Amino acid sequence: MVTPAPGAFLGFVHRRRRGAELFLLILALAVGLGAYAAVGLGVDGEVPTDIVVYGGWLTALAVAGHVAIRLTAPYADPVLLPVVTALNGLGLAVIYRLDLAKDRSLAAQQLTWMTIGVVLFVLTLVVLRDHRILQRFTYTSGLAAIVLLIMPMLPLIGTSIRGARIWIRIGPIGFQPGEVAKVLLVITFAGYLVLHRDALALAGRRLLFIDLPRGRDLGPILAMWAVSLGILVLQRDLGSSLLFFGLFLTMLYIATERPGWLFVGSAMFLAGAFTAWRLFGHVQARVDAWLDPFAHWDTGSQQVGNGLFGMAWGGLLGRGLGLGRPDLTSISESDFIISAIGEELGLTGVMAVILLYGLIVERGLRAALVCRDGFGKLMASGLALVFCLQVFVVIGGVTRLIPLTGLTTPFLSYGGSSLVANWVIIALLLRISDQARRPIPDLSTESDDADASEQTQVVKL
Amino acid sequence: MSELTLFLIRFAYVAILWIFVLSAISVIRTDMYGARVPANAPQRAPKGRQPKAPPRRRGSPTHVAVVEGPNAGARADLSQAPILIGRGQDAAIRLDDDYVSTRHARIALSGDQWFVEDLGSTNGTYVGQARITQPTTLALGIQVRVGKTVLELRK
Repeated sequence: MVTPAPGAFLGFVHRRRRGAELFLLILALAVGLGAYAAVGLGVDGEVPTDIVVYGGWLTALAVAGHVAIRLTAPYADPVLLPVVTALNGLGLAVIYRLDLAKDRSLAAQQLTWMTIGVVLFVLTLVVLRDHRILQRFTYTSGLAAIVLLIMPMLPLIGTSIRGARIWIRIGPIGFQPGEVAKVLLVITFAGYLVLHRDALALAGRRLLFIDLPRGRDLGPILAMWAVSLGILVLQRDLGSSLLFFGLFLTMLYIATERPGWLFVGSAMFLAGAFTAWRLFGHVQARVDAWLDPFAHWDTGSQQVGNGLFGMAWGGLLGRGLGLGRPDLTSISESDFIISAIGEELGLTGVMAVILLYGLIVERGLRAALVCRDGFGKLMASGLALVFCLQVFVVIGGVTRLIPLTGLTTPFLSYGGSSLVANWVIIALLLRISDQARRPIPDLSTESDDADASEQTQVVKL
Repeated sequence: MSELTLFLIRFAYVAILWIFVLSAISVIRTDMYGARVPANAPQRAPKGRQPKAPPRRRGSPTHVAVVEGPNAGARADLSQAPILIGRGQDAAIRLDDDYVSTRHARIALSGDQWFVEDLGSTNGTYVGQARITQPTTLALGIQVRVGKTVLELRK
């Protein structure tokens, strides 16, 4: 096996690109702070007085992230951190704008959570020098994920908010363990699939040009299906249920390259979704609100309807930050933040935001493509898919493409657990891309032709 | 504030947002096309500049040890890097393993990172479960399998 050039992927070596990252980071801060200033100008007619403190804090966080990357992951992808900073800054500004309308201070809390997120981001980069170490914790992290998912069901610490029992509350601090569980599940799936993909890729019966998997290999997917249904039924959380099952299915497909799994998985998903729709009131309400939000106005579809009104009122260029009425939609700082952006920045702004998510996913998949080990490949693609699925599910729900299922919009939505978990995901992606883009060293010393006097025996498998 | 000013602010903000998106895309573009490997000028460091000293960082490995196989317990100091592993006379760790090639693999330092490289062995070198085809990074405790022997870096 001869490689054309050592250290090259498709004939390229990657450069460090830290300067490009810094340049993009400055633009990203302009996006975040510009939004903050525009909100103040729109609502009060003047730039908010605390913009210097706020801007200084945001800049300090961005610089901390950048310096951490320079020191610990010099070859990491240059686009991820700026994109994430821009989204987080825009989210903060929109939450601040809703704060002004509703007279409260969620933005300050969100900034605290962002700080915790960046601290964990830096810690992840510093502590975890090689992502392959995580492969050792395949089953440990799987167990931890299951414990985290069960925690909200326990008495005393588990609480139910807006019908979904996905919160734990210890003292004053509320937390959504499912957000951490999704990172752990990616590690588990990647570690499991990289070992078992050969067995899972074996073809079984052939049906209409598609090789279906063998019946005896269905165990893992059935187990994951049961877990997803458990979340749907016991915790009434449609979003997480969809996210976890979709994540497992797509990672399984990536690992085995067998379209048959997609057919089996989609069939299982549709069967589960249909049964849930027939049996459970909370699923029916979501589907009704999706099919006709204006017919069920008083029975739960008001939120979707108001979001649609907001986006329609925003039009192509939006009302301008601070000049719309996004506060009319309930919880518009969380699930419906994209409708608030649609109202105030218009279709042009929403397209930019969706494109930014697209860039995150693309960079994640790119890291997977360049990565040299199977575990890293699966983990990077899994982490990118988390973003992909989550954004699709929540923006699809708000724009009425699919029934609303309730997930946070990564980095934009108000919510500490989600923000912190997403910063850690970005740190993991940067770690993998650093390992992947680092040029392979040339270890060759002048090799003398050693006489192969003794014949080496070939391992027979 | 006048209607016109507000319109300009709104327009300017959407413009900033898109300038950011497009700059990010252009960085990705230059990332794709900007770094072609020169065909006949491999950018390897001159031979003399190969750092031979072990890294000074605390917690860095000091020796490589055989943990499994006929020679379990054998070890070699990493200060003699690059370390040759095989059945041959010149190997730093000589293995009496019939499934190991004469010159099987090499462990070497690049920057502050240890790498293992397969030297065209018959049965291959494995890091974890995967057979390596190019130099692969090693860290403390990551197991390297050659033939029926397992080695790892130790402190």
